[in-house]
Amino acid sequence: MATITLRNLVKSYGKTDVIHGINLEVADGEFVVFVGPSGCGKSTTLRMIAGLEEVSGGEILIGDRVVNELDPKTRNIAMVFQNYAIYPHLTVRQNIAFGLYTSTLSKEQKAAKVSEAGAMLGLEPLLDRRPSDLSGGQRQRVAIGRAMVRDPAAFLFDEPLSNLDAQLRAQMRIEIKALHQRLGTTIAYVTHDQVEAMTMADRIVVMRDGHILQSGAPMEIYDNPVDVFTARFIGTPSMNVLPVVEEGGVMRPADPGTVLAGIRPHDLLVGEAGAGASLSLAGRVTAVEPLGPETLVHFEVAGKPVIATAPARQAPAIGAEVVAHAQPGRVHLFDVATQKSLPRR
Amino acid sequence: MNPTASPTTSRSLAMKRIRPGRIVIWTILFIGGLLMVTPLLFMFSTSFKTAAQVYDLRLIPAAPTLDNYIRVLSDGRFLRWFLNSSFIAITVTLSNVFFDSLVGYTLAKFRFRGRYLIFIAILSTLMIPTEMLVIPWYLMSANLGWLDSYWGIMFPGMMTAFGTFLMKQFFETIPDDFLEAARIDGLNEFTIWWRVAMPLVTPALSALAIFTFLGNWTAFFWPLIVTTSQELYTLPIGLSSFAVEQAIQWEMIMTGAALATLPTLLVFLLLQRYIVRGVMLAGLKG
Ligand SMILES: Nc1ncnc2c1ncn2[C@@H]1O[C@H](COP(=O)(O)OP(=O)(O)O)[C@@H](O)[C@H]1O
Ligand SMILES: [Mg+2]
Repeated sequence: MATITLRNLVKSYGKTDVIHGINLEVADGEFVVFVGPSGCGKSTTLRMIAGLEEVSGGEILIGDRVVNELDPKTRNIAMVFQNYAIYPHLTVRQNIAFGLYTSTLSKEQKAAKVSEAGAMLGLEPLLDRRPSDLSGGQRQRVAIGRAMVRDPAAFLFDEPLSNLDAQLRAQMRIEIKALHQRLGTTIAYVTHDQVEAMTMADRIVVMRDGHILQSGAPMEIYDNPVDVFTARFIGTPSMNVLPVVEEGGVMRPADPGTVLAGIRPHDLLVGEAGAGASLSLAGRVTAVEPLGPETLVHFEVAGKPVIATAPARQAPAIGAEVVAHAQPGRVHLFDVATQKSLPRR
Repeated sequence: MNPTASPTTSRSLAMKRIRPGRIVIWTILFIGGLLMVTPLLFMFSTSFKTAAQVYDLRLIPAAPTLDNYIRVLSDGRFLRWFLNSSFIAITVTLSNVFFDSLVGYTLAKFRFRGRYLIFIAILSTLMIPTEMLVIPWYLMSANLGWLDSYWGIMFPGMMTAFGTFLMKQFFETIPDDFLEAARIDGLNEFTIWWRVAMPLVTPALSALAIFTFLGNWTAFFWPLIVTTSQELYTLPIGLSSFAVEQAIQWEMIMTGAALATLPTLLVFLLLQRYIVRGVMLAGLKG
């Protein structure tokens, strides 16, 4: 078990910086998820923590030891890769045992550890099979088993669920989270999928272009995003953001506006305005997506697409004129120039 | 996503209509096969004939005899040459499997200054024909005292540019994750190569091994030049010396050739699957 600390961490390839001096403290036992669009430097950061990539500047600490110059093996971390990195020429048992390659345990102790990990991950009946006989989810569990037997100070996951189908992904999310609860080991987890970030993380670290934009608990980021990017990146469907002007406590869309208003589709309700909506948007419906409990209504406001929510059985027809309202306190405001968050209205 | 679906359909299609084009192709292939096999059959056939029957061109000898085999095998020289050839072919094959893949792996999986230059240098040697190299090899061997020795026969082939190139191409197909996972597990670089990377390229390794073995088993030109004493002859050199020793004894030459062919045939029969795959791989990748 260990903390992970990043101090002004920089990574450059030649003259291009891809990580621009990031700072982060991961507490012991914390489940931190790095999330951001593809190419923002999540993997690079994780790989520097693992020791697979050289650090160009700054420091990485695992526990209170600076590990910049240490080999991966001496950092006592385990990593699970997107394509599992389990070896086709070895059985499941041998693959898991690979995690103990340099361990000084006796043969019996090693075997016991492998069996224990196998049992914990529900792999017992598969231990003597080859990876080619396994499903994607099972392969990923083997990879996790291989990481587990090491009793590492921290687990690093790089997009471990990206190759799985949606259903399996949902299941593995829960399994990994449960595993974290049981083992209590520090986890740094990289994904581009904000749903994974929201559902699994103790803390989300939102990255973009080699910078950390925001780090905080999932709901904290959801409720108080620091800027337009984070606001739109976290939460599905994405937050509606459009320029507005404000007159007497009521906002109305305008281009150019004095401020950017951000309303989550969930907070933008189609139908009668209740008492004193702080923002109303009107437009012609272009699409409806019934989700069951509610229906997403797509319409256009001055040529900009907007998504609102309607109760499941009162969805408007395509082509109909609708008005959607946001209640006071549900509208996020952002500065037009800097895109940074302003106090909410 | 039913993997068995397409072969089944294509087979039943082929059975339904046998097109005239197919008949032509099969005929050509059959004739081609016959042309290839005939000399082989005559070789075996002649090896069972007596000297008097050699020019009797019947495929089945009138009075088959094992005398030739007894004579060849009881001549100690043949066994010696056979062992020489085996030793040389096996050593060179092992050396190629080891060094070609070690260099190929390094070029494929490590980023270092001059990597590209080294690769080009290795590749460019493929463009120099052996005939041009023989004289420098010979002079070098003479200066270093390698003439007429096993090492002298073997050294030009201990590593090959083609093998290195082939292995590099294959190692490039291994995802880096496989190697990095091992690195995190604490394996050193040599062990990663040996325990993780090598098992992942066994098809390429077997192709390389088979081609290297066969190439060295049948090698003629260089061993002929570098050897002078009979004890060091390889089988092909020995057999050709057989041929010119006295009046040409075809039945003896054919017996020796038949014996020399046996390992090759055995390799082909036992490893057919790998050879076909190897040819395909080498064709696709190389
Ligand atoms: N070996 C490399 N050489 C040059 N640039 C690289 C290399 N590896 C990654 N990059 C660049 O670094 C940036 C971050 O990459 P990465 O960390 O893989 O992003 P992510 O995992 O967030 O998708 C990308 O712009 C990528 O092009
Ligand atoms: Mg990545």
